[in-house]
Amino acid sequence: MTGESLAFYGLAFMLVGASILAVSVRNVFHAAMYLILALFAVAGYFVLLNAEFLAAVQVLIYVGAVAVLVIFAVMLTTRLTDARVRAHNEQVGAGLVVAVAMFLAIVMAMWSTSWPISDAAPAVDNVRTLGRMLMTRFVLPFEIASVLLLAAMIGAIVIAAKETGPPQSEEST
Amino acid sequence: MELAPVVDLVRDAVTGFLQSLGLPAFVIDMVLALISASLIAGFMAVLALAFVWVERKVSAHIQNRLGPMRVGWHGVLQTLADALKLLQKEDIRPAAADRWIWWWAPAVSFIAVFAAFIAVPFGEGLVVRDFNIGVIYIVAITTFGVISMLMAGWGSNNKYSLLGGFRSAAQVVSYEVPMILAILSVVMVAGSLSMMSIVQAQEGTMLGFIPNWFIFRHFPFGLIAFIVFMIAGTAETNRTPFDLPEAESELVAGFATEYSGMKYAMFYLAEYSAMYVMAAMGTVLFLGGWHGPFLPSWLWFAAKTVLLVCVLIWFRWTFPRLRVDQLMELSWKFLIPVAFINLLAVGLWSVL
Amino acid sequence: MDISSYSAVPIFLGFGVLFVAFNYFLNSLVTRNVAEPQKYDSYECGEVPEGSAQIQYNVRYFIFALIFVLFDVEVIFIIPWAVVYKDLGMFAFVEMVLFLLILILGLVYAWRKGVLHWFTRPVEH
Repeated sequence: MTGESLAFYGLAFMLVGASILAVSVRNVFHAAMYLILALFAVAGYFVLLNAEFLAAVQVLIYVGAVAVLVIFAVMLTTRLTDARVRAHNEQVGAGLVVAVAMFLAIVMAMWSTSWPISDAAPAVDNVRTLGRMLMTRFVLPFEIASVLLLAAMIGAIVIAAKETGPPQSEEST
Repeated sequence: MELAPVVDLVRDAVTGFLQSLGLPAFVIDMVLALISASLIAGFMAVLALAFVWVERKVSAHIQNRLGPMRVGWHGVLQTLADALKLLQKEDIRPAAADRWIWWWAPAVSFIAVFAAFIAVPFGEGLVVRDFNIGVIYIVAITTFGVISMLMAGWGSNNKYSLLGGFRSAAQVVSYEVPMILAILSVVMVAGSLSMMSIVQAQEGTMLGFIPNWFIFRHFPFGLIAFIVFMIAGTAETNRTPFDLPEAESELVAGFATEYSGMKYAMFYLAEYSAMYVMAAMGTVLFLGGWHGPFLPSWLWFAAKTVLLVCVLIWFRWTFPRLRVDQLMELSWKFLIPVAFINLLAVGLWSVL
Repeated sequence: MDISSYSAVPIFLGFGVLFVAFNYFLNSLVTRNVAEPQKYDSYECGEVPEGSAQIQYNVRYFIFALIFVLFDVEVIFIIPWAVVYKDLGMFAFVEMVLFLLILILGLVYAWRKGVLHWFTRPVEH
């Protein structure tokens, strides 16, 4: 039982447990908390795969930005624990069938593929390698990513500006 | 008298002892980490004690009065007395509070800052773990602290807490971007994210007498980056002039309204430790870390960090509080464009 | 660069939880809990608390968080560039200028649309 396998199974337990709790718990805020745990477990996996920069990015973006956004959205919604808000709808049965079918399909696909294990040593300094690749081989996707972010920003602003209306100078909170 | 060889000696002794017990390598690693964790927890407690006293004395003298004088010599033990007082305060959980979220919020706040101490150096070779991504690791972990404010705000089920939590989170989140951009201006010149390498890149002097610190390099862009970093750092730790979330005159205690006793103490322990982490980062990135003539490295590092913490304390008692709209606009409309231009200017300077 | 150095992170996190729990425990040992109904009311500056705390809050907190997500992702792209910048030359600078120009366009758009302005007139529905 090496440290690595201990970490792997510990993180697996945390990830699967947190994910199941996140979708089954009734209180939406608690579900958001479990989501954060699950995202941390994913960051742990990135570390196990020697991708430490991606682990930090995972925490920075997912836990620091996306989870905060999700929590803001949860807090801005009223009547969360209202009895009228249902946790499940009529399609639970069909959903379960589809989910199990997809799970079996993925598992069979994984078992029938032969995964070649590379003998190369893991990248020593992945931030440097990432940087170099981004600037040389993957420059075009890099620039297109900025256009994609711009599109996302403009989309968010258009929707937001509709909600808040044009700026006014002295209104209180 | 350098501390690093002493620490290495102790570590080798402990490792040797544990190896003789036949423990696997990762367990030895974890035991060493455990020992470091307890040392750092002790350090954080002493730090908070010291800094609260410094703050009260500095604020007192700025306001032309004396501050604590009775408990111990010139009030040195005042914070200890306050901590003991908080210890025996009743821990009241409001009936409307969401039990687990309310319980975990101060813990999360503390843990986020505690985990950041892993990458913070104390001197040459004195760091728990020198991560390759050191700087980004610290930023990521302190970002995790935002969640604790939201948890406290929501978990307390109190309008003041909720509003305080919202404002805190919005503020910390808005000042992340200028802070990271200021850090990147330094990373660009140093060529690495590791705290140790960044300090090593500031060795020596320019023109014979100016130390090679990043604050002096690429003048004036190093200085601008430092100023942006300090402003963003003050906002990140919710200190005046950015302390609207805990503005005593406005929101009671903001997100910490419904907390008493040790839970309240945890929040404030986390705040003072976060101040120290911010100051330590500023020292590593801009003030040359532990470099300096004659004195041992850890003394220089401690001196520079304490200087920056005193600057933060000075800010608190000098500047008036910023209104929430001024706060947000300062970040998005001023600091972010300045930080971007600074980044590009440093880039251009390096390339020409 | 050994990932085993990251084993310190869960140790510190776990120790942090234990430390906090220990402090809470110390607290509970030393206090006396006298149950009085008013103690457990939510604090509202001495008044009787009125209404639920879960009231509708302003949407601009959400908008700022949204814009932050996008800028955070942008900064993530700038980090690897900053690390390798010293080794590459002018072309890395030009690439980054292009990247930042496109995103500064987004910031300017947000500014002009008034999304970054804190005070707004509520929209009549």
